Amino acid sequence: MPVIEVNNLRKVYGDITAVKDISFKVESGEIFGIVGPNGAGKTTTIEMMEGIRTPDSGTISILGLHPLKDSKKLRQRVGMQLQQAALPDRLKVWEAFDMFSQFYERFVDAQELLESVQLSEKRNAYFSQLSGGQKQRLFVALALINDPELVFLDELTTGLDPHARRSMWDMISGLRERGKTVVLSTHYMEEAEFLCDRVAIFHKGELLALDSVNNLINELDEDKRVEITLIEAIDTAKLNELETVSEVTRKGVELIVRGSSNRLVVDVVETLANMGAEIRTLRIKEANLEDVFLTKTGSSYRTVNNHSSNAGDTES
Amino acid sequence: MKGFLKLTQIQLKLFLREPAAFFFTLMFPTMLLLLFGAIFGNGNKPIPQLNGYGNVDLLTGGFIGMIIATVGLMSIPVNAAAQREHKILRRLQCSPIRPIVYLASDVFANFITTSAGMILLIILGKLIYNLRLPGDPFGVIVWFVLSAFSFFALGYLLAAIAPTARMAQVVGNILFFPMLFLSGAAIPHQILPEFLKKVSEFIPLTHVIRIIQGFWFEGKWSDYYIEMSVVIGTMFVCLLLAVRLFRWE
Ligand SMILES: Nc1ncnc2c1ncn2[C@@H]1O[C@H](COP(=O)(O)OP(=O)(O)OP(=O)(O)O)[C@@H](O)[C@H]1O
Ligand SMILES: [Mg+2]
Repeated sequence: MPVIEVNNLRKVYGDITAVKDISFKVESGEIFGIVGPNGAGKTTTIEMMEGIRTPDSGTISILGLHPLKDSKKLRQRVGMQLQQAALPDRLKVWEAFDMFSQFYERFVDAQELLESVQLSEKRNAYFSQLSGGQKQRLFVALALINDPELVFLDELTTGLDPHARRSMWDMISGLRERGKTVVLSTHYMEEAEFLCDRVAIFHKGELLALDSVNNLINELDEDKRVEITLIEAIDTAKLNELETVSEVTRKGVELIVRGSSNRLVVDVVETLANMGAEIRTLRIKEANLEDVFLTKTGSSYRTVNNHSSNAGDTES
Repeated sequence: MKGFLKLTQIQLKLFLREPAAFFFTLMFPTMLLLLFGAIFGNGNKPIPQLNGYGNVDLLTGGFIGMIIATVGLMSIPVNAAAQREHKILRRLQCSPIRPIVYLASDVFANFITTSAGMILLIILGKLIYNLRLPGDPFGVIVWFVLSAFSFFALGYLLAAIAPTARMAQVVGNILFFPMLFLSGAAIPHQILPEFLKKVSEFIPLTHVIRIIQGFWFEGKWSDYYIEMSVVIGTMFVCLLLAVRLFRWE
């Protein structure tokens, strides 16, 4: 039985339909990612699953239970980190854990949790004295206080520095190893790529795509793209003549060559070598989740210059 | 139950860390008592018109009313609205704690601080001015509790209605200060002009103070049925509305 089953879920705010007939399932032990532009309906969907917002129509089953009717039972077994939350300013970090642990039948050691999010030296700090990223980490840790079977993490790494983000990823991977089911939303495609078994792409309240990262990328059927910086500018006519090349863009010593064949790279390098051109850098761009995201959600700002530092790059 | 006790404990800790609430609930009434005692100059000498009771005896009843109103109109609405506004309640809502348990612990914690304010006032009054203890302690205690609950209910109602904590504070102040001056808490009721005396009849705090002062001076329960009805009525109306209008966010 799936851990989560959502059918034809719908939520309307005034004249905005925040969630339009969304259906999906999440299997046990899965890390399920939700991505989508601002206002796509991620938080609304997550909070309806959490039982803190009421759907207008559709059904949700969480661990075989009803999110609203069985909320008391579910909250014992589920962990939640909200996109927006706070604690009283003058509550100390350790007191927050102490307090919340008393609400549960079963809870884990707060000290270990604090260590796992690198907050142990802040245990005596007031909530108001924490930085944004520290608060964020506190709430992720707090979501795990009851050793939940299922965790909802709404934008778990927003506001975290790269180091903290990495260690958060390790922590989430650790949850997978312990057989927990995780539903997370994120704006970082490399995060979804790294963590998620399957990713759902939301856009304007609709579920545009739902699959593993690999399948989503393969479906995209993108051109390959080779980005080359030469020592000296050359005439690109010869490259254009190549059968495997569909398009060449040149800007001074920088070339971008597109094509779909697996021979593209070999052909391009061979031709340049024959012309006696010297290559300073060569990058082969493969489609990644960001390309899928931008293509599916139809964002218009997709330009080559945006792709300078993606995780999928190969550099030589 | 352990959730309730933990929440209460945390609320009390937060109270002790909040200088303004701490000051106005615990220190200010006592300071006023000292000040007024000094102004009247005669300490707590028996006054024939007061059945042999003194000024401080009279003032204490008023200040107890003031403490109740401070917590009900200043602390509760602002705190409760701020906890909602700052999404603190939402975080609690994610846990298995039920709203009623949260509310009960908040009420209980506020009741403890209000009682502490009253007890401190009485102890210092006794030590400094030889304050006479209530003639009908049972009556004073019962009506202290009921009055506190009725003002708390009003406070939660304000929090539920007010869109923001700032707004709750403004409304709380608007209600608090006229109540303070017209109810007899800060200035003796007797010196008010006729018109304001009539106005003060519509102020719940007037009735609270009248009951407490009455029982302090060995009054009879049957003399205060109107006042009692006002206190109980305020409590039920506000409580019903507050429960209906309560929001986590
Ligand atoms: N309480 C609310 N009242 C009115 N409209 C709302 C409310 N909550 C959400 N919306 C609207 O519903 C839509 C979806 O919002 P939601 O918060 O689910 O988006 P999101 O995908 O989480 O966005 P983000 O990435 O910015 O967090 C938005 O258009 C938003 O304006
Ligand atoms: Mg969101």
